[in-house]
Amino acid sequence: MQNKIVLDVKNLSVSIDDQIILKNLSFEIKEHEVLIILGPNGAGKTTLFRTLLGFIPHTGQIKWNAKKISYLPPQEFLNRKGLPSLSIQDFFHFKTKNQKDITSMLDKVGLSKNILYKQFGALSTGQFQRMAIAWALISNPDVLLFDEATSGIDIGGNQTIYSLLHKFWQETNLTILLVTHDLNIVWEHANQVLCLNKECICKGNPHKILTTENLQKLYETDIKFYKHSHN
Amino acid sequence: MQFLLALIMSISIGATTGYLGSLMVSKRMALMGGALGHLTLPGIALGLIYNFDVSLGALAFLFIGITLIWALEQKTKLPIEALTAIVFSSSVSIAFLFLPQDQTFKALLGDISDLTILAATITTITSGIIFFITRKIYAQLILMSISQDLAQVEKINIKLYKLIYLMCIAIMVALGVRMVGGLLTAALVSIPACTSKNISHNLFQYSYGALLTGALACLSGLLLFKITSIPAGPLIIISSTTLFLISLFFTKKSYQP
Repeated sequence: MQNKIVLDVKNLSVSIDDQIILKNLSFEIKEHEVLIILGPNGAGKTTLFRTLLGFIPHTGQIKWNAKKISYLPPQEFLNRKGLPSLSIQDFFHFKTKNQKDITSMLDKVGLSKNILYKQFGALSTGQFQRMAIAWALISNPDVLLFDEATSGIDIGGNQTIYSLLHKFWQETNLTILLVTHDLNIVWEHANQVLCLNKECICKGNPHKILTTENLQKLYETDIKFYKHSHN
Repeated sequence: MQFLLALIMSISIGATTGYLGSLMVSKRMALMGGALGHLTLPGIALGLIYNFDVSLGALAFLFIGITLIWALEQKTKLPIEALTAIVFSSSVSIAFLFLPQDQTFKALLGDISDLTILAATITTITSGIIFFITRKIYAQLILMSISQDLAQVEKINIKLYKLIYLMCIAIMVALGVRMVGGLLTAALVSIPACTSKNISHNLFQYSYGALLTGALACLSGLLLFKITSIPAGPLIIISSTTLFLISLFFTKKSYQP
C-alpha cells in the first residue's frame, strides 16, 4: 500500500517587502519519508519552514494531512538567556505534566532525569539539542520540522543527533523535514532532497539528483564533492 | 478599619503586581511599568483636581497613551521604546501644567490616607481577577519569550495573549499608582521579581516568590507608614529593596554556557 501524502505544496511563493524570498515551489512528501532541504545561506530554507507552519503570508497552496506537527527552530532562534528561573522540567510542563512520559523520553535521547532540575540556560549545546529533540517528540507528532539541527555542535555530537533522529524515525511513523548543510547526512538519511536557492534547483532522490552540476548551480560556485558510499 | 482596608488592598496589589512583574522582568519589560506609571500622571492630576478616583483617571490616560504609541508606531515605524519615551515624557510635562502644587506629592508618590471602602473593595477584587487571568496565561507567555515560533506551533494565539497581558499590566499600573504614585510603579513590578529570581530554582518558585515578596513589601511598607506617617509609597519600595538586598545573600550560583 502506498503511503499517504502528508504535505502537498503547489506554486508556493513568498515575498517580503517586495523582495522575492521563495519562488514557485512545488513538492510533496509522503508519510515516513525524510525530506532534506539543502541550500546556501539566505536561500530561504528557514522561511520555507516558517511558511509551511503558517507564520508567513504566501501565495500558492500548502496542504497538510497531519494531526500533530512539531518544529524545532535553529538553537540561535531560541532565547535561552535572561529568562526567569526556568528548569528543564518547567519547559517540559509546557507540553505535558506526565512525569513518566518525560523521564522515558529523556532516557530515549540518552539524558538522565537529573537534567530536569537544571536551568534552561545552563545546558551545553549538545545536551540542549538532545533535550530539544525529546521535547519536540514527546507529543508524538506525525511530522517533525527540524531546522539546522546540529548548528554549533561538534562532529561527534552531530552524528549522535542524527543517529537519535534516525532511531525515532525507524521506531515510529514519523515524517521528517530537515534543513542541513551536511551532504553526508543527505546520503545517509534522506529519501528525498529539495535543493533550494529561492527557487527549486533540483528535487528527488539524492543519489540521482545530487550531481556536481546541480550542486554547482545550487551554491553558485565551482564546488567539488566526493560521494559518500555505503557498502 | 480604614487602615485594615488599606492593608488588604495594598497586599492584593503588591501580590498581583509582583506576580505579573515576574512575567515583565522575564520579557525585559520592567521599565515599561515606569513609563506607563508616568503616562498616568495627567489622569491622576485630573482625579485629584475634580475629586474622582485617581485609578480611573490613570486608566483613561493609559488607554490614550498606549493608543497614541501604537498609532505613532504604525505611522512612523520608529522603535516602540523611543515613541514610549516621547509620549510618557510629554505626559509628565502636560500633567505639571495643571497639577496643583499642593497635590504634587500625592500624584508622584501615591496616597492611601483618604481611601474609601468602595475603592478598596473594587481594587482588591480587580487585583484578584487580574491575578487569576495572569496565572492562566503565564506559561504560554514564558514559552513566547523563548520562541514565538514554538508558541505558535503549540497553537498559542500570540496576538490575543499579548493583548490580554498588556491589558493586565495597564490595569495593575492604574491600581498601583494609588499606592505608589506615578513615579514608582517600575519598582512595584520589577523589584519583587528580581528578588525572587535571585533565590528561585524553577518557574513556580520564581512566580510565587515574586507574589510573596510583593505582598510582604506592601505589608511592611504599610506597617511602617502606620508607625512613621511617612507616605506609604516610598516605604513600600524601600521595603521591597530591602528584601532584594537580603536575597543577594541567598543568590543561587548560575551557569551560562
